[in-house]
Amino acid sequence: MSSSGLKAKHQRLVLVVFALVALVGAGLLAAYALSRQASYFYVPSDLRANPPEAGRAVRLGGMVEKGSIHKQADGVTIDFLVTDGKAQVPVRFSGITPDLFVEGSGVVAEGRLEGQTFVADNLLAKHDEKYVPREMKDMSISQAKQVVAQTR
Amino acid sequence: MHGFANPARFLRLARWLLPTLLVPGFVLAFGSLAWGLFMVPPDHLMGDTVRILFMHVPCVWLGMAGWSTIAISSIVELVWRHPLAGIAARAAAVPGAVFTALGLITGSIWGRPTWGTWWVWDGRLTSFLVLLFLYLGYIALADAAQRDAAAGGSTSRVTAIFGLVGAINIPIINRSVVWWNSLHQPPSITLGRSTIDGTYLWPLLIGALGFSLIFGGVVIARMRMLLADIQTEARLRRKAMG
Repeated sequence: MSSSGLKAKHQRLVLVVFALVALVGAGLLAAYALSRQASYFYVPSDLRANPPEAGRAVRLGGMVEKGSIHKQADGVTIDFLVTDGKAQVPVRFSGITPDLFVEGSGVVAEGRLEGQTFVADNLLAKHDEKYVPREMKDMSISQAKQVVAQTR
Repeated sequence: MHGFANPARFLRLARWLLPTLLVPGFVLAFGSLAWGLFMVPPDHLMGDTVRILFMHVPCVWLGMAGWSTIAISSIVELVWRHPLAGIAARAAAVPGAVFTALGLITGSIWGRPTWGTWWVWDGRLTSFLVLLFLYLGYIALADAAQRDAAAGGSTSRVTAIFGLVGAINIPIINRSVVWWNSLHQPPSITLGRSTIDGTYLWPLLIGALGFSLIFGGVVIARMRMLLADIQTEARLRRKAMG
């Protein structure tokens, strides 16, 4: 029993490992193949390289260029530039912006390309992966490190 | 390892393990929540909503750790036929599903003020919702398989196979924010690196440890319950036959 039992156990182990490798491989390949379709938004350089048909609803994501937000005379319409570091797209939006919508921060705009301008129906603010307390945001990195070192 | 296949031995260990996990677990979890809710300063952009971090992150971590437990136990069940492995996998399913649901709820509540929406169908949120559905399917399947076995049917391995196949979603959830543009931000904590300031990171790590201990305790308690169930069923069946 012991030798044949061990053999069966090894066979099962090999089988499970093979199944697992095949499964993970298939899943990763499928996920990788989806990499374009499953993206939630276009970045500006995508939009410039392969522009969608005019009037088709798409999403545009990127950084709000520093110093680019301009309020129109009507008080509710704003113009700003969205950038990914390589290309820029001018965006126009009328409405209330989310709290995290600030210059230099991430944004996802839902709307359509009209000529060169992206007209947004809705704005979503994107948070970055950094979490920093309020009193430390204006410090330089070296100052902040010092404060952290002192409080530890 | 097969020493613990003896349920009596496992039950003796469980009796000691249960308070050892739950007591420090509750102390650390509630300590971290109190720390996170009342003591940390507001975030420079999000303000006070950053406090949801201390509930959201432990919940999603345990949602994923729960399925990892199921997957590992399923391998042990399939390869070594360890009698407790299937029970451990089934015991992890309900708490895993609860934490997954809590992670989705807290994330949605957090998304409304910060992103400006309750829900979007981006890669991270969608793959995490799929995880909840996998849990619900697993729980239903495990329940059906156990009833079948109790009725004298053959012990089915289909639950373990489902647990193994479902594990494919775990790396997809983990990589979703890296592979695809998503509204959810990329990972803040990776191996050996964190972009979360220490003021938030320490209570978060303590909370994650505390909730994990609670999770472990709940799994042990549910294993005891499932073993008792199986014993009762067997006794009833013997009585009915005798």
